[in-house]
Amino acid sequence: MRYLRSFGLFWWNFVVGDDWRVAAGLAVALFLTWLLEHNDVSAWWVLPVAVGLVLAESVRRESRKSSP
Amino acid sequence: MGHEILLFLTTFAASAVEAVEALTIVLAVGVVRGWRSTLVGVGAATAVLAAIVAILGPALRLIPIDSLRLVVGALLLAFGIQWLRKAILRASGYKPLHDEGAAFQRTRAEAEGAGQVEAGRMDWYSFTVAFKGVLLEGLEVTFIVVTFGSTQGSLGLAAGAAAAAVVVVVAVGLVVRGPLERVPENALKFGVGVLLTSFGIFWGGEGAGVSWPGSDVAILGVIAYIALLSLALTRVLRRTRPVLEPAATRA
Repeated sequence: MRYLRSFGLFWWNFVVGDDWRVAAGLAVALFLTWLLEHNDVSAWWVLPVAVGLVLAESVRRESRKSSP
Repeated sequence: MGHEILLFLTTFAASAVEAVEALTIVLAVGVVRGWRSTLVGVGAATAVLAAIVAILGPALRLIPIDSLRLVVGALLLAFGIQWLRKAILRASGYKPLHDEGAAFQRTRAEAEGAGQVEAGRMDWYSFTVAFKGVLLEGLEVTFIVVTFGSTQGSLGLAAGAAAAAVVVVVAVGLVVRGPLERVPENALKFGVGVLLTSFGIFWGGEGAGVSWPGSDVAILGVIAYIALLSLALTRVLRRTRPVLEPAATRA
């Protein structure tokens, strides 16, 4: 059981990394892109905008944590 | 052709960064405890990584291209943003820069403190540290090679670029006879992060059904956008940066 947990934790850290909110934001953005495109709405802009927002928010949050 | 050059550069740079970190671990253990068991560990990890490429690469070709691009795009986005996030935080002073010299000294001290084995016997400490070091540093590169290579239909080129980077790093390591402290690791990570994130956006979007304005040329616009965004974030964060000492450990 312990090995299974370690194995799962390894893959979680490998794919998701330090900030799960980033991975969640990207998943939502990919789904939104798919949803819009499948309803004939051009959605090429969704991912670039989402990446900008989640990256900016993630480094902002980390910098606040690190500030004295 | 343009995509292939970017594919080569990305996998070469990603592999070089990880190879520098793996070389530090291998050198520290090999110098202190001897080379035989250490190199057996390196060989075993390399064989595992090569097996992952050999099995996963052809297997991914069986997946329909749109689904493959969605999965690969999502993975590259996840990896790319992790690299970029750390590189931005390091470049702006919010995370200490990776210090190969300090990492070498720390791993060396740990190797000296571990129990000794009789001459001629297998040293499992050296084997395990070298195996884990090479496997963990190489795993992300392996995934980049497999995903990038399969989506572009250039698995051989991606694997060749990664192998070339390892050869260059090891050759320089042999000449320098020590950890490669002067390699601009964070600048390389920054560049790799920009490229992985950009290709993640591009392929993830295509997999989700997007038709990019300008077709394939759009990737250049995406790369420029992500690079400018990252530089702008670094600049904004630098204004309020704390003073940090270099660290030996990977954050």
